[in-house]
Amino acid sequence: MTAIPVLPEAQLAPLKRAYADARAAKLRQGALFAAALVLAILVAGRVAEVDLARMGANIGGFFSYFSRIFVFDSGSGALQGQPVFVDIREWFWGFRKWLRLLGDTLLIAYVGTIIGATLGFLLCFSATRNLVSNPWARGLAKRMLEFCRTVPEIVFALIFVIAFGLGPLPGVLALAIHTLGTLGKQFSEVVENIDMKPVEGAIASGGSWVQMVRFAVVPQVLSNFLSYMLLRFEINVRGASIMGFVGAGGIGQDLIEAIRKFYYTDVSAILLMIIATVMLVDMLSANLRHRILGREERR
Amino acid sequence: MSEGLRQSALTDLDGLRARHPQMFEAPLKNGAPTIGVALLLVALFILGVVRLEVTPLQILNGLGQLGTFVQFMLPPMAKSWAQAWLFLQALAETVAIALLGTLLAATFAFPFGFLSARNATINRVVQFISRRFLDSIRGVDTLIWALIWVNVVGLGPFAGVLAIMTADVGSFGKIFSEAIEAADRKPVEGIVASGGSRLHEIRFGLIPQVLPVMLGQILYFFESNTRSATIIGIVGAGGIGLHLSEQIRTLEWQSVSFIVLMILVLVAIIDFLSGQLRFAIIGNRSTAV
Repeated sequence: MTAIPVLPEAQLAPLKRAYADARAAKLRQGALFAAALVLAILVAGRVAEVDLARMGANIGGFFSYFSRIFVFDSGSGALQGQPVFVDIREWFWGFRKWLRLLGDTLLIAYVGTIIGATLGFLLCFSATRNLVSNPWARGLAKRMLEFCRTVPEIVFALIFVIAFGLGPLPGVLALAIHTLGTLGKQFSEVVENIDMKPVEGAIASGGSWVQMVRFAVVPQVLSNFLSYMLLRFEINVRGASIMGFVGAGGIGQDLIEAIRKFYYTDVSAILLMIIATVMLVDMLSANLRHRILGREERR
Repeated sequence: MSEGLRQSALTDLDGLRARHPQMFEAPLKNGAPTIGVALLLVALFILGVVRLEVTPLQILNGLGQLGTFVQFMLPPMAKSWAQAWLFLQALAETVAIALLGTLLAATFAFPFGFLSARNATINRVVQFISRRFLDSIRGVDTLIWALIWVNVVGLGPFAGVLAIMTADVGSFGKIFSEAIEAADRKPVEGIVASGGSRLHEIRFGLIPQVLPVMLGQILYFFESNTRSATIIGIVGAGGIGLHLSEQIRTLEWQSVSFIVLMILVLVAIIDFLSGQLRFAIIGNRSTAV
């Protein structure tokens, strides 16, 4: 005798059929999805001029590029063909210059983040559903933020270089505008999730809109805002490292020159410095963010 | 009544302070260290403005110039139908680059995600090396990868695909490993208890849990890569960016605004489509890890 009662075949048949149907439907759906994906890949591969044979050959080329940038190929004859690690001084011959440019890059990211975050802070409250009831004003603010973050910062930089001239200023402004778009959106999402009771209290006691924001909203959101700002600073350091590609200041100018002119060892030296800087900034900012949010939780 | 409460609280102030120390902690805004940090930040900002030679005069001049450019940009349109068609083809190329780059990156990042996750890796050394490897890749911007690939494979969209792929392996690897570490341990324990091997644990215990999260992230990255793919053309790696930078450099402002408009529409369409797809795949669940 089995513990599980088995239904008679007549009752079981429709259940089995329904199960088979459900499985077949799921399989069909999966197959359809896979077919659509394969089709999309084939079309995309054709448009992007990919062929696998070339790709195989090029992967090799990529790795040989990376072995080449770690070997001296010019300079004093004795070092020719030696790996870069034998003479760090020669490898990082431009260390001071690159360090200064990296400092500039960090400053571009910092000033850009601060300006963008300030503007984002001023604008974010007008894009929130719970503080602004006029749909037109809210829609306008939202569309503006969307425009600022959808247009890539390097495009702004390209245009600003023509308007403001070569130098770090267009880079700062481009990053600031992009930051305004992204932070404005993230800030307004934070504001939409606040506790509304203090807001009601501020309005009930006769506060103006600005007073309501200052005393009921800002204290609730400040630590989240700071955390998002730090995160955006990390991202902007990466963004600032390429501003030099279009003449908008920072280390990018030297990097693009080194890559274009095949100064192999310079490429590896500058790339390593950029990676080290980015890692350092990431670590510091992650540490700070945890502290800010941790402090908030203890309260 | 409340006077009495106040009196009793005041007489027992030291006791209260000892019992509830966190209530007497100075709030964030009044602490001297906070003011110090704020002053430091302001000083750094001023240093930046001075060091980067940002002058009000330069800004005002530039803004004037910018105003004229914006006037020239209206209305946005291409010079001819042939040019519009050319831009449209480049836009299709951009989407193709983003799609292939994202899929290739996800494929390559998949094993790295498991190698860098605490609960699925082989050993600590492998995990450490894998993590540092992903970090280094992530430290280098897509545009830099594009430049390097252009050097290796020559100009064209293929370099763009490879650039997006390389740049995203780092981000995908990190996000995948975080998703794996956040997975529930119970299914894995069940598989261990019923005698499954290490590979069984991953295949039947972890993958079913993390796959929907990964798919959601892949869709997110496809969206953001469409934006990245619009600019890699600036260094010659295919897509609309080449035309965009060309039109900006030759001051064809109407074409510039036309291309920017096309990009905005494209990004909006892809946002919408991938939002629908994400909903179909993972339902209402949040993809945030």
